[in-house]
Amino acid sequence: MRHTISVLVENKFGVLSRISGLFSGRGYNIESLSVNETIDPQISIMTIVTSGDDWIVEQITKQLNKLIDVIKVVDMTELDHVEREMVLIKVSPRQEDKAEVLRLAEIFRGRVVDSSQKTYTIEITGEEKKIEAIVELLKPMGIKEFVRTGKIAIAREGIKKA
Amino acid sequence: MKISGAEIFIESLKKEGVQHMFGYPGGVVLNIFDKLHDEKGLELILTRHEQGAVHAADGYARATGKPGVVLVTSGPGATNTVTGIATAYMDSIPMVIFTGQVPTLLIGNDAFQEADIVGITRPCTKHNFLVKNVEDLAGVIKEAFYIAMAGRPGPVLIDLPKDVTTHKAEFVYPEDVKLRSYNPTYDGNKYMIKQAAQMVARAKKPVIVAGGGVILSGASKELKEFAEYADVPVTMTMMGLGGFPGSHKLSLGMLGMHGTYYANKSIQEADLLIAIGMRFDDRVTGKIDAFAPHAKIIHIDIDPTSIRKNVRVDTPIVGDVKNVLTVLNKVMKEEVKDQWVEVRKAWTKQLDAWRRERPMTYDRESDMIKPQYVVEKIYELTKGDAIITTEVGQNQMWAAQFFKYDKPRTWLSSGGLGTMGYGLPAAIGAQLAFPNKLVIDIAGDGSIQMNIQELATAVINKLPVKVAILNNRFLGMVRQWQELFFEERYSHTKLDDVVPDFVKLAEAYNAVGLRATKKSEVEAVLKEAFSIKRPVFMDFVTDWQEKVYPMVPAGAAIDNMLFYEEKKKVEKKLKAVK
Repeated sequence: MRHTISVLVENKFGVLSRISGLFSGRGYNIESLSVNETIDPQISIMTIVTSGDDWIVEQITKQLNKLIDVIKVVDMTELDHVEREMVLIKVSPRQEDKAEVLRLAEIFRGRVVDSSQKTYTIEITGEEKKIEAIVELLKPMGIKEFVRTGKIAIAREGIKKA
Repeated sequence: MKISGAEIFIESLKKEGVQHMFGYPGGVVLNIFDKLHDEKGLELILTRHEQGAVHAADGYARATGKPGVVLVTSGPGATNTVTGIATAYMDSIPMVIFTGQVPTLLIGNDAFQEADIVGITRPCTKHNFLVKNVEDLAGVIKEAFYIAMAGRPGPVLIDLPKDVTTHKAEFVYPEDVKLRSYNPTYDGNKYMIKQAAQMVARAKKPVIVAGGGVILSGASKELKEFAEYADVPVTMTMMGLGGFPGSHKLSLGMLGMHGTYYANKSIQEADLLIAIGMRFDDRVTGKIDAFAPHAKIIHIDIDPTSIRKNVRVDTPIVGDVKNVLTVLNKVMKEEVKDQWVEVRKAWTKQLDAWRRERPMTYDRESDMIKPQYVVEKIYELTKGDAIITTEVGQNQMWAAQFFKYDKPRTWLSSGGLGTMGYGLPAAIGAQLAFPNKLVIDIAGDGSIQMNIQELATAVINKLPVKVAILNNRFLGMVRQWQELFFEERYSHTKLDDVVPDFVKLAEAYNAVGLRATKKSEVEAVLKEAFSIKRPVFMDFVTDWQEKVYPMVPAGAAIDNMLFYEEKKKVEKKLKAVK
């Protein structure tokens, strides 16, 4: 099963290689990884998407916790949470498809962030399934370039009933 | 007043109470070595190879419980430490290794003797540091010693660029360390401990499996109290030897691939395993699906990753073994009185039956020098009062099987990594820590040659280590596997023509060399060696065909054992046919 794991780490030299080395050294899988500084510049947050059965994921979270520079590990999959990815897609459609490209971008709440005589660059954020859907739909129109971020995730706060 | 990085290094080590370290000089650490020249309170033992320095520091750490300290230069000096560091890492031995590094401005330029040692050792250290500013040095050293000792101990490496040793800073040594990202759990969960106590009280066929964690946490006394009070037999992993007295009536000896019949049998029949400070290594469990099929498992360990890594666990207790056992003993005495006395009688009887059925043995009638005989003689003559180090292979297994370790920190052997060449430098480290103790490296003729240069270190520093070489002219353990599983095709294991004359070799180093070629000479050689206050090599020319038994073939269940007696039967059968 796939798991999205949030790892809060000390923003120190070499910490990324400690994490990635742990995954490669122990044969765990990284499907996607996104890293950035938090509001506190001394701390970075990594969102790692990995897969494995319960035993493996338990080991992954324990092994991550064992690293000296790791402050906190949260398996988001166990919580109610919001996940997002972003893609930038450069499409070069035929003349007759241009309107359809723009329509699709609108349906998926995408934005055209760049355009030229032959191309549109569309930015789309959303959950994995949404991203996959738009990619499928745009493929026949001629995708020229495609970049995608790793997943980021945040836990939802509970709402008290009035 | 500002002082140089080299001086900060020395002052910091003094603050940590370091008296001895091991090392080897080189270009980028010259500033530190220069300061050491006049230093009285901090002694550096010059080894003859950086690997030897790390093993010596490791032996020192295992024998004393204090962190071992190493100082070497950059590049090859640093890379030569890797095997030693990995050895310590696998066995959770606290150590701080300082490596020199090229000046910060040259890092990444492929400078002379540059190696990315922080990158290289990342997977085999508990943590490592590259110090870029001299202002950070004292704090990093403090953190390194803390990390090496805290929680599950391990080696920590500090990479010191040359300019950091010459730049100056105010010396302020931090009083203590607080890391928001590293807070090991020392106290076990009370509820879990109570649950464990109930399980122990109810068990009909319980067994304790004690590992190296018992020794690392200094919990031998608590373990003995627990085992005796609850009347539970104790088997030990190789790393756990000495954690519980080997001569105790509750001791089942070592378990696993070369464990005793009765230890392995007890695991397979048990209804409860109490695993203490051990990690269910494959050499312990054999075929994992067939391991302890009837047992519930209580697992006490300070490292959460050890729990549920290899086996299912019913009652996990994360905590320091000593703390947990102290509470467990209290709970046992207060809440679960000795309700098990009657229930356990049958189990005790069964264990005794297994002990009688297949005791640890070998061909005692043989005229040849059997390696086990040498180990037994060492035990007999020292009455167990010695620090034993080993190399790796048959020598190590015989030393584990035929010597009873009654006290912790008297058995120093490379368990997890299985590093040949460990024993001699480790003995040197232990001897430095305990100058008046008898320190004996039980070695093989193959392994001893892997760090034989350290004999010079022993001689020059007047460290009277004794090396008992069980000389079978083979890489014996590999040869054993070739005999049993590869139709006696001895590919590259025969050392016969090139084994050096160990007596002459010892003499060349200005040590003492003795030799026994007959069984009748063994005792005299040992007695003479033990009476000499100098390093001694003892060359015991042993039966090359001798094998380590019992043996669980790799991948088999641990009660699926091969025995010495059966081999004999097989041989007889073969003769009868001919």
